[in-house]
Amino acid sequence: MLGLSKKDTSLLIAVAVLVALAPVLLNPFPENSALAQFNAGYPDLMQRFVIFGIFAIGFNILFGLTGYLSFGHAAFLGAGSYAGVWMLKLLTINVIPAILISTVVAGLFAILIGYISLRRSGIYFSILTLAFAQMSFALAASVLTPITGGETGLQTALNDPRILDGVNDSGNIPAPNLFGLEMGDSLQVNVAGWLWTFNAGYYVAGIIMLIAFYVAIRIFRSPFGIMLRAIKSNQQRLNYTGLNTRPYMLACFVISGMYAGLAGGLMVAMDPLAGAERMQWTASGEVVLMTILGGVGTLIGPVLGAGLIKYFENIFSKINSNLLHKWFSFLPDGLEDFVVTIIYPFIGKGWHLTLGLMFMGVIIFLPGGLVELGQRISRSFSKNKNDAAEQKPAE
Amino acid sequence: MGILDIKDVGKRFGGLQALSDVTLNVEENTCHAIIGPNGAGKSTLLNCLIGKLIPDTGSVMFDGQSVLGRTPYEINQLGISRVFQTPEIFGDLTVFENMMIPIFAKRDGAFALDAISDFMSHKDVVEQAENELEEMNMADKRHMHAASLSRGDKRRLEIGMCLSQQPRLLLLDEPTAGMARADTNNTIDLLKEIKEERDITIAIIEHDMHVVFSLADRITVLAQGTPLVEDVPEKIKGHPKVKEAYLGESA
Repeated sequence: MLGLSKKDTSLLIAVAVLVALAPVLLNPFPENSALAQFNAGYPDLMQRFVIFGIFAIGFNILFGLTGYLSFGHAAFLGAGSYAGVWMLKLLTINVIPAILISTVVAGLFAILIGYISLRRSGIYFSILTLAFAQMSFALAASVLTPITGGETGLQTALNDPRILDGVNDSGNIPAPNLFGLEMGDSLQVNVAGWLWTFNAGYYVAGIIMLIAFYVAIRIFRSPFGIMLRAIKSNQQRLNYTGLNTRPYMLACFVISGMYAGLAGGLMVAMDPLAGAERMQWTASGEVVLMTILGGVGTLIGPVLGAGLIKYFENIFSKINSNLLHKWFSFLPDGLEDFVVTIIYPFIGKGWHLTLGLMFMGVIIFLPGGLVELGQRISRSFSKNKNDAAEQKPAE
Repeated sequence: MGILDIKDVGKRFGGLQALSDVTLNVEENTCHAIIGPNGAGKSTLLNCLIGKLIPDTGSVMFDGQSVLGRTPYEINQLGISRVFQTPEIFGDLTVFENMMIPIFAKRDGAFALDAISDFMSHKDVVEQAENELEEMNMADKRHMHAASLSRGDKRRLEIGMCLSQQPRLLLLDEPTAGMARADTNNTIDLLKEIKEERDITIAIIEHDMHVVFSLADRITVLAQGTPLVEDVPEKIKGHPKVKEAYLGESA
């Protein structure tokens, strides 16, 4: 189907089903139960899952296929965000132009940075991209304030021209919409204590993520994709085989940058605000973590990694000491305090500590990330069934 | 004039004259070996042929076009395929994918942005890759990762990848260096087979003269950066100058 192999088609369908049912699947606990804390099925977080999924898919096209580790991918995310907000300010509050233009602007920006950075490989390439991203961050936060809004960030305002939208006399800043469907619109369904929120913005972003995922599969299976993998494997051989690796690398870098720009555009389509911190090196590092945690070079890995990190960031960081005390109140007083003291550094603001430990565990025990974990589990199952069939990597 | 025409090539590294007045012709559809003891300038000469070094003097023409100043991929696109001293293949890819890459490169040129079609849907490339693997007796290994092949099979694959581009000149750099005797003999047999079955010019740079005696139509002996003798293998064997170069004055 759609020019994909059977295996890839079923993967795409599986992802599509998960995206469609996420509002239900991510809310496994009834609204008023003690565990409702762990529900992730609210619009803001689900939007982040799919948007960072796109970011990580794009990053993986570069890092997973060619092995070139960009440490400045957040620059494209930020550039896309700014371009998107400007479209929402100047052109129309409809999100389509914003998303398209952010992708294009990030692509152009990637041509510039890629052309220079790709003169080097390995650690030098990483450092060059990092330097560019930090320069972009510094510029956005200071010199370019008229364009970027400086440290306060760039957002939509009441008196923006929005030339396509006509006169706005409602007295409110219009909310981003898709031909009238506001991104913040939600349909809430309450079934026997479970509350499910079906959010318009989430589904718009989700559909775009599915398209982005589909395109990524096509790239992985294309002659272009095979050349990129060959670059990772043996660049010298490729040169002596009559292929000019530089345009391949640049094209890959630009595609990857456009994915980041698309993610940036979607971010502002959901919430029309762009700040310079979106370009900071921590944001670049985050996408590296997502990709490695999920599984470098696999199709689904980056999406899983993005989901996992965003889940931890939002859920773990919300747990506070009161809540811990409540959970462990069944323990004798002294012991309760002791347990809470031990766990406390790993939650709330300390969620990075948990993330760090998890990351170390994955690197040491599961170099292939979550995808490898899945493969191992399915392999141990098929072994139990005495299935001697050769295992193929379940990308 | 041959297909590869090296004329008056000289190269100096600081105080060392690595090559001087190297002139030699490789005739079309022959196998020409360039041998010489350590330090004779074989590698320097090779690097001048493949775009890694630019000689100080002289010219290197391939089929009427200069190769000097061209990048490795441009030289390959002219029709020169190179086999490395240690097999250079794409270890992370399967044997079949390894075989497809040079065929794509031959068909689509140095750069093609085809990111949409499935590479297995290119029937012509798939078919040719299958044929080439069949020729190399490697069809049963097509799903293996290239890195897990034996040394001899890696060499076979590399040669197969070069041949799949139907090059006009196959350039081999010490193809049997570091190989076990059995692998060495296999490689020589393979090269003989290629020579008989295909219209191809082969140039071999080699240290060990026994490897090339049964293979080469002509041999050039290089010593101290300059060609000493060029002749058919039978004449080279007992040539006093060659003995001297390999064994030293006292011999």
